[in-house]
Amino acid sequence: MLIKKTPELTYADVTPKGIYMGRRNFLLGIAATYGAVAAYKKLPRLFAGPAVGSNPVKLTGFTKWPYSTTEKETPIQDVTHYNNYYEFGTGKTDPAENAKNFVTQPWTLSVDGECKKPRKFSMDEIMKLAPLEQRIYRHRCVEAWSIVVPWIGYSLGTLLKLVEPTPKARYVAFETYYDTKQMPESGSAGIRLPYVEGLRLDEAMNPLTLLTVGMYDETLYNQDGAPVRLIVPWKYGFKSAKSLVKIRLVKDQPPTTWNISNSDEYGFYSNVNPEVDHPRWSQAKERRLGEFLRRPTLMFNGYGDQVASMYVGMDLKKNF
Amino acid sequence: MVFALCCVPLGVLLWDAFHNGLAGFPNNMDFGANPIEFITHRTGDWTIRFIVLTLAITPLRQILRQPQLIRFRRMLGLFAFFYACLHFATWIGLDKYFDWSEMWKDVVKRRFITVGFAAFVLMIPLALTSTAGMIRLLGGKRWRALHRLIYLTAILGVIHYYWLVKSDERKPLLYGALVAVLLCWRLVVWFKDRGKHASARPITSAAAEII
Repeated sequence: MLIKKTPELTYADVTPKGIYMGRRNFLLGIAATYGAVAAYKKLPRLFAGPAVGSNPVKLTGFTKWPYSTTEKETPIQDVTHYNNYYEFGTGKTDPAENAKNFVTQPWTLSVDGECKKPRKFSMDEIMKLAPLEQRIYRHRCVEAWSIVVPWIGYSLGTLLKLVEPTPKARYVAFETYYDTKQMPESGSAGIRLPYVEGLRLDEAMNPLTLLTVGMYDETLYNQDGAPVRLIVPWKYGFKSAKSLVKIRLVKDQPPTTWNISNSDEYGFYSNVNPEVDHPRWSQAKERRLGEFLRRPTLMFNGYGDQVASMYVGMDLKKNF
Repeated sequence: MVFALCCVPLGVLLWDAFHNGLAGFPNNMDFGANPIEFITHRTGDWTIRFIVLTLAITPLRQILRQPQLIRFRRMLGLFAFFYACLHFATWIGLDKYFDWSEMWKDVVKRRFITVGFAAFVLMIPLALTSTAGMIRLLGGKRWRALHRLIYLTAILGVIHYYWLVKSDERKPLLYGALVAVLLCWRLVVWFKDRGKHASARPITSAAAEII
């Protein structure tokens, strides 16, 4: 008969003296690590100093556009703390932090090129050119996330008509603000700056294309493209250039920043299209910020009724 | 102690999840607007960091003349695998929500996912054979040969990161440089050793041993 011996503690089980004596150090180590993490997270703030940049102000006297989507608005916290604005850093939360010191007054937007009355607009003039409308648009990023934002502005066409484009004008080129002093993080953006974008003239004149000066019920936040930006709701977000300084009416298709950076991935048109994948990811679905499951992406981001006619007969796979 | 330190990234991640940023700090470091992306990036970052740390052990042992550092190598390697598992599980469960056909399409079609997936799969045999028993079973030489797969995982991991970013390539290039230095160091040592052996023994047998 086999009688199993109850195992007894042997010398092999003795906690080595070093470890036993180090038990307080172990606890101290955990405390120190915790402290270090906390300090590390607080560090940038200690050196940041007070923000000196322009702040959003309340807007009044705008009307509500009757065709706004009834989908749930994305909380302003998300729209202002999840941004792609590479001049202020490439991380999603960088712009909120780094654009705090961005000064947007005074501001001038020049509109020239193939037009009869080229001119410069001050921000005051832009605010008063046309009645302001609040339009709630879906906004779909090329990275397959989306938001719903109440923008405030008026159709870009209103402004373009003022300068009277000549028949030679077939495209509109946009240039955004660029100043390494105000944008010290821009050196690591990895894209050529200043940021340039472009639309066909009919796209620019489409009533949906919004010259945007506000969001929710305020003027634009710095990280969202203050003081004046473009919103083209049926195209991927990067087409909606921020902080505009130049609009130029031109004969030929203008160069656009992401297309220069990688022409296989970012086309001139960049219409939201669930059937044409980005080479590195599918565009069939999108994650609406705040939602867990991805939702299907809509052709032209759901604005087909208003814009599809502009692309009749075009191969949208080729002209992606 | 080291074990506790290795758990810190996970701890901070969980902390951020439940505390919406460290108490009293503005919450720009919390999960933010896109928590799934946040978790994916955080666990991915720690995977490549632990791979670099694991690869750093052998050079550090020799440069610092601290051979006892070997004690930590297995633990660091297993933590790399642990964070890789979290990273992979995030993709499966949170990002793709168990849509297997879509995931398989991604693995086949999207090259950054292909290499990331390959890097992960290559870590599995290393984790499985990390016990003392398995080392005995395989024999030291075969075990070492098998565990050189970590070099491939490290390279694929860096490529995965590099192909994923849109334009700001600083971080993948940093990890790429670290991995390159750590692998080059091994190459230099290997060449030196070969020189030594060659003078003492016929080249053929030295070469045979390396293979």
